Amino acid sequence: MFSRVLAVSIMIVALSLVGLPALAADNCQTCHFEFEDEDGASHKFVRDIHGQKGLGCVDCHGGDPSLDDMDEVRREKDYRGVPSHLEVPRFCARCHSDAAYMHEYNPSLPTDQLEKYKTSVHGQRLFNNRDDKVANCISCHTVHEIGDAKMPHSSTHPVNLIATCGKCHSDADYMAGYGIGTGQVDDYVVSVHGVALLERNDLGAPACNDCHGNHGAAPPGVTSLSAVCGNCHAIEAGLFNTSPHEPAFAANDFPMCETCHSNHKILKPDDSMVGTHHEAVCAECHASDDGTRAFAIAGTISEALSRLVTAHGQAGEVLSEAIEKGMMTTDEEFRFKEVDQALIQARTMVHAFDADSVLSRTGPGILKADSVRVNSAALIDEYHFRRKGLGFATLFITILVVALYIKIRRIDRGLNE
Amino acid sequence: MPANGTDAKLGFYDRAYAWLNERFKIDALVEYMGDKKVPVHGHSAFYYFGGISLFLFIVQVITGILLLMYYRPGADTAYESVRFIVSNVQFGWLVRSIHSWSANLMILAVFIHMFTVYFTYAYRKPRELTWLTGIGLLGLSLMFGFSGYLLPWNELAFFATRVGTGMAGAIPVIGRDILVIMRGGEEVTGATIGRFFGLHVAILPGIFTVLLAAHLIFIQRQGMSEPLHWHDRAETDKKYQRFFPSFLLRDLLVWLIVLNVLAILAVLFPDGIGVVHWPLGTKADPFAPPPEVIRPEWYFMFAFQALKMLPAHVLFIEGELFGILVFTVGGVIWALVPFLDRKTGGQKARYYMAFGWLVLAFIIVMTVIGYVLE
Repeated sequence: MFSRVLAVSIMIVALSLVGLPALAADNCQTCHFEFEDEDGASHKFVRDIHGQKGLGCVDCHGGDPSLDDMDEVRREKDYRGVPSHLEVPRFCARCHSDAAYMHEYNPSLPTDQLEKYKTSVHGQRLFNNRDDKVANCISCHTVHEIGDAKMPHSSTHPVNLIATCGKCHSDADYMAGYGIGTGQVDDYVVSVHGVALLERNDLGAPACNDCHGNHGAAPPGVTSLSAVCGNCHAIEAGLFNTSPHEPAFAANDFPMCETCHSNHKILKPDDSMVGTHHEAVCAECHASDDGTRAFAIAGTISEALSRLVTAHGQAGEVLSEAIEKGMMTTDEEFRFKEVDQALIQARTMVHAFDADSVLSRTGPGILKADSVRVNSAALIDEYHFRRKGLGFATLFITILVVALYIKIRRIDRGLNE
Repeated sequence: MPANGTDAKLGFYDRAYAWLNERFKIDALVEYMGDKKVPVHGHSAFYYFGGISLFLFIVQVITGILLLMYYRPGADTAYESVRFIVSNVQFGWLVRSIHSWSANLMILAVFIHMFTVYFTYAYRKPRELTWLTGIGLLGLSLMFGFSGYLLPWNELAFFATRVGTGMAGAIPVIGRDILVIMRGGEEVTGATIGRFFGLHVAILPGIFTVLLAAHLIFIQRQGMSEPLHWHDRAETDKKYQRFFPSFLLRDLLVWLIVLNVLAILAVLFPDGIGVVHWPLGTKADPFAPPPEVIRPEWYFMFAFQALKMLPAHVLFIEGELFGILVFTVGGVIWALVPFLDRKTGGQKARYYMAFGWLVLAFIIVMTVIGYVLE
C-alpha cells in the first residue's frame, strides 16, 4: 500500500515538473506553429535571431501569451498586433533605439539605426512622403527570420545583400516612378568587386552597403565619392586629391573615381586605360591640341608602364624557366617580388597624374626586372653547364672503369697462368 | 721488388716503395693480403655491399667536411647558411646534393649488406663480433640520418624532428629525460640544432670510426664467410679469388660505378626525387601550423607507420609504448642472433631464417603502406 502511494506521489511530482514549462509556454507560438505551414511566421521564428535570443511573439506584438483565445489576446491593452509598412521603423526602434535594453542582448550593436534611417533616401521618403513602397526594416532584414549579418543564411550577409537590394532595385516595375535605373545589380555582378564577393566569396570586397551605407543608405555625392572609394583605396584617393584633376573635376562636377572607372560596373583596370590612343580614358577629355601638357603626360606614363610590363614579363619568363629546371632561384624570386611591387606602385602612382611620380617607380622596377632576367639566364646557363660537366665526368669515369676492367682481366689471366 | 732503395737505376715509385718497406715492412702486409682469398660463388656480388657502404661513408666524410666550412648551426643561421651554400658557394649545391644522396644510398647499402649477411648465416661463429659491430654501425648510420635531417632548420625537418623526438618521450620512466636531453629543453629550438650538430659532426663520427675500424679488422682477420653448402664440398670444388689484387680492384671498380651513379643522381636531382627528397623549402617557424603531411625519412617509415597503425591501447599498455617495446625486443633479438643461432641446419635454423624474412617483409610492407596507402 505504501509503495503504491509512493509511486503515485513520484509520478505526480514528475508530471508537475514536466508540465510546468508547458504551462508557461508561449501560447501564440504553440497555436501558430500548429496551424501554419513551414513558411509561416512561427516556423520561421525558430531560425530568427530574436527567437534564438529567447524573445517571444509578445515582445514585439504585445498581448498575453498565456491566453489561448485570440480575441481575448486582441482585447489586451498592450496588444500591438501587426504594424503597417509606415509604422515598422518605429516599431523595431522601440527596442533597437533603447541602448540600455539592447545592452542585455548585444552590447556591441549600435542603437542609432532609426536616426540613420531618417537620413536615408528610404527613410526620408517613408516619413516625409508616406511612401509605403520604399524599404523599411523588414524589406531588408525579412520578418520572423531575421539573422545576424555575419551569418551566411542572413539576408544582410554581404553575399546575400546584393540580391536583397536587387529585390527592389532590379525590379523595373517596382522602381518605376523613382527616376533611377535598375541595372545596378547586373552591373555589379560583373564588376571586379562583384566577382570578388560573389564568385570568390571574398568578404573583404564591398557589397552595396559598403559604398551606400546601410541604414542611412544614399547614393554618394560627387564630392564624397573619393572618400567612399578612398575608404579602401586610400593611397589612390590620397594621390588623386593632390593631383591637378581634383580641382578640375570639382569645377566641372565630374564624379571623381567614377569618371574613369564607372560606378557599379567597375572592371579590373588595365594599362590600356592610360595613354593617348583612342581607347584610353585620358583621350576622352584630353587631346594633343588642347593647349595643356596633359596629353603628353598621359603618353609618357603609358610608355613607362608599358616598358615596365615588358621587362616584368621577360624577367618572369626566364625566371619560370630557371624554376622549371630545378635551379635554386629563391633570391631571384624574392627580387622578382620587388618588381611586382614596383609595377603595383607605378600603377597606383598613375592617380597622381604626374609623369615623374610614375617614372620614379618604373625606372627602378625596370632595373630590377633586368637584373632578375640576367641572373635567371645565368642560372639556366649553369643548368646546362652542370649537365655538360656530368657528361664529361661520366665519360671520364667510364674510361676509368673500362681500363680497370681490362687490368683486372689481365691480372686474372696472369694469376691463372 | 728489391729489399732496399739504394739502386739509383730504379724508378721514383720503386725507390719510394723500397724506402717505406725498409721502415714499415710493407712486403709482409702485401704477402698477407696476397694469401687472403675470397670465395667465388653465385652470391659473391653481395660481398661488395660492405665495400659500397664504406665508400659512401668516405664520401659522407669528405662532403661533410666541405659543408662544415660554410654551415653555421643555430636557429638564426642554420637555414641561411644552407641557402648560402646551395645558391652562392661554388659547387655548394653539388656538395650538399652528393652528401644527401650518399647518405640515403649508404643506408640502403648498409641494409642490403646486413640482410645478405643474415640470410647467408654469415653472422655465425666466429663472426659474432663482426655482426655486433655491424649492427652498431647501422644504428649509428640511422642516428647520422636523424641528426643530419634537422640541420638545415627548414619547416619539414623541424616538424619531423619534433615528431621523432616526441616518440622518445613515450618511453616509460626515462622517456621524458631522454626527450629533454635530445631537444636541449622541452621544445625543438636552436638548442636542439646545437646538440644535433655536435652529435652529427663530432660524437657520431668518433664512435663510428672506432666501430668501423674494429669491423674492418675483424673482416681482415677472419676473411669472407663461405656459403654453408661449401662445408660438405671438396677443396677442389671450391673456387676462390685473391683478395689482393683481384677482389680489391673489383671493389674499386664497383666504387667507380657507384661514384658515377652518385654524380648522375646529384646533378639530375639535386633536391632528391619522389619520397627521397630534401628541398630546402621555407625556414622552420615553431609558431607556424605543421604541414599536412609529416613524414620521416624513408628508412624510418616502417617504424613510424607501424606506431601510427597501433590502436590507442594494446592490452593494458599504451599503443605507442607497446610498439616501442616490441621494436626494442626485436632489435635485441636481431643483434644477439649469432649467440642464439649456432647450429648449421635443423629446425631452429629455419626459424631464424623465417624470422629474417618476416622482418624484411614487415619493413617493406610498412614502408609501402606508409607511402602508398596512407
